[in-house]
Amino acid sequence: MAATLRGSLVTLVKSLSGPRWQQLGSRPLSVSAGRCGPEAPPARADAIFKVTMVPGDGVGPELMTAVKDVFKAGDVPVVFEEFHLSEVQNMASEERLEQVLTSMKTNKVAIKGKINTPMEFKGELASYDMRLRRKLDLFANVVHVNSLPGYSTRHNNLDLVIIREQTEGEYSSLEHESVPGVIECLKIITRVKSRRIAKFAFDYATKKGRSKVTAVHKANIMKLADGLFLQCCAEVAQLYPKIKYENIIIDNCCMQLVQNPYQFDVLVMPNLYGNIIDNLAAGLVGGAGVVPGESYSADYAVFETGARHPFAHAVGRNIANPTAMLLSAANMLRHLNLEYHSQMVSDAVKRVIKQGKVRTGDLGGYASSDEFTQAVIANLAV
Amino acid sequence: MAAHTAVLSMSKILNPFWGGRLGNTVKVFGTTLTSHRNKTGNRRDDIPPPAKYGGRHTVTLIPGDGIGPELLNHVREVFRFSCVPVDFEVVHVNSAQESEDDINDAITAIRRNGVALKGNIETKHTMAPSVKSRNNLLRTTLDLYANVMHCQSLPGVQTRHKNIDIMIIRENTEGEYSSLEHESVSGVVESLKIITRVNSLRIAEYAFQLAREKGRKRVTAVHKANIMKLGDGLFLQCCREVASGYPDITFDSMIVDNTTMQLVSQPQQFDVMVMPNLYGNVVSNVCAGLVGGPGLVPGANYGRDYAVFETATRNTGKSIAHRNIANPTAMLLAGCMMLDHLKLYDYATLIRNAILTTMNETRLHTADIGGQGTTSDVVQSIMRIIHSTGPLTSAL
Repeated sequence: MAATLRGSLVTLVKSLSGPRWQQLGSRPLSVSAGRCGPEAPPARADAIFKVTMVPGDGVGPELMTAVKDVFKAGDVPVVFEEFHLSEVQNMASEERLEQVLTSMKTNKVAIKGKINTPMEFKGELASYDMRLRRKLDLFANVVHVNSLPGYSTRHNNLDLVIIREQTEGEYSSLEHESVPGVIECLKIITRVKSRRIAKFAFDYATKKGRSKVTAVHKANIMKLADGLFLQCCAEVAQLYPKIKYENIIIDNCCMQLVQNPYQFDVLVMPNLYGNIIDNLAAGLVGGAGVVPGESYSADYAVFETGARHPFAHAVGRNIANPTAMLLSAANMLRHLNLEYHSQMVSDAVKRVIKQGKVRTGDLGGYASSDEFTQAVIANLAV
Repeated sequence: MAAHTAVLSMSKILNPFWGGRLGNTVKVFGTTLTSHRNKTGNRRDDIPPPAKYGGRHTVTLIPGDGIGPELLNHVREVFRFSCVPVDFEVVHVNSAQESEDDINDAITAIRRNGVALKGNIETKHTMAPSVKSRNNLLRTTLDLYANVMHCQSLPGVQTRHKNIDIMIIRENTEGEYSSLEHESVSGVVESLKIITRVNSLRIAEYAFQLAREKGRKRVTAVHKANIMKLGDGLFLQCCREVASGYPDITFDSMIVDNTTMQLVSQPQQFDVMVMPNLYGNVVSNVCAGLVGGPGLVPGANYGRDYAVFETATRNTGKSIAHRNIANPTAMLLAGCMMLDHLKLYDYATLIRNAILTTMNETRLHTADIGGQGTTSDVVQSIMRIIHSTGPLTSAL
């Protein structure tokens, strides 16, 4: 009913169009409306959504090209505002960072590659990646580790979510040499931020209909810091009587993850543990190229790959796997209420993987990045 | 605050660090019925942040009984259609159940999300007297002390009085609704009406602040202090005290019986009204009737930390349930109030304007305001108007 209504209104809408209205005719509105299912009426997805794009270093720009190509082929109503921010290529400046922040303030949503951080110390302890994170207060990093049907690994049918606090902990950038030859590096755990991430984890579990949250910690050694984190998680858990709450020590967690990862559902943890577990879990299902990730603050959402690596030695070799970034882009579309397009993109990616004909080197195939992107485009159900 | 630190330092002596922290966890996120002393100081920190991530809010949705579920489905439909960044967590409360598990689940859900949109939950009079009204339980547990409704003549609705614009602020947690009743001697029942200084000051302060915020000129306190000299007297006195702090706003008072008479004869004289619980119930129903009935007016219950939105007159509407004839306006407007509360003003305005435009079309009026339109007709029309007024997603 609404679908036909939309169709008939397209013309009307066009005549009313302000500067934000763009060509609508090419998109099959009624089809998109019909596919949302009977439960869900169509979203009014005919507006154009603006998204900030920070390609970053390494293969980031190549992956972004893949995203742009797929979006273009799928007529996704998203336009990107691109900002090149790179520390290693000397393209980072306060000014550029400000520009990204301003753009984020209006768009609220970004897609981002990894901004590489040079290892050597040049007087600045916090990298641009971290400064961006802190300025936007992107406290929660979510990595949904999901086995890709058709690509078999040691553990199949994995489905677990890793939620990581990423504004404090070991990443505080507070390091100093108290006496020559002695460096103190401060790990900060605060009650407010621990509660916030714990609540995020439980809210995420509630929203996605998951049944268990496990806090990962090292409170047997860091009795106060990780103890506080653990205590905050336990407190928040009381607000969610229907979700089971457990905790596990980080070292044991790593072992369990490689032996029997099926026992976990949602994992929540402080910063550094999250970094390790993210990468470990990504490895279980096929590596950094296939797992999408996202970071949230109260107001902003940034979509990126789950395991954040620049993969610098692959630059220009056309071998990077665009899967992670494409799936992340699909998640972004869902966040923007563009459920139909989100489904379309993620289905296309999964179909290509399942068919198994076109695979990049990391999944044991011989296809190039471009070939993969083209295969995805060919599988879009437009 | 001082007391708190004292406890901390003492427990530090007894048990370094842990003792103090564990001592605090007893009042995890603050149960709202704690004594007044606990409310000052650091309770604010105990309230977890609302469920808002990446600009998307999660809101508890309690469908309730009668027409509640269908109306709330329409709200969801309209929200989805308008790309509103709100996700709903649906919590069902079974009114036939005697245990309080369901309502406690709902209350916990509101505690974690901060905001709820709700249909009325039926209170069956046939059940044991120990079974309290679920709606009342929810309000008192979450300490939603201020019930606010804005009665405004809507364009296109035929009523006897025009240009009504009254804000009613009702104390929501005490008064006659204290649920304290007992049979002292057989055949004699005492029902306690509780008026406290703290709560009266709080509601008066809220009323005056709201009046100032909305640029209103006059606040009228409604009471029955000629009979209940102490109870309502205290309420009135508290209102006067607060009024002295707002010299820019005129304050007057009116006895409740006279108020209802004045309301039906000359409602335009009222601006902002503040009153205890039961009078609020009566007056708000009178006012809703003046502007067109229960299907048109939204209501909100605000506490310090939580807010629950519903229709102003809290009707279940069992007789017209599942017949596609209920007026969705009140619930949709309640949804808009909620969007305002979440600071999603642009979405609220978009939907509200669409609702008001639809009201202008007489052929789309539902039966309660003398038309023959169906609920889904109205909702379809609202969505059509939202569609034609253009996108705002990228403007946000």
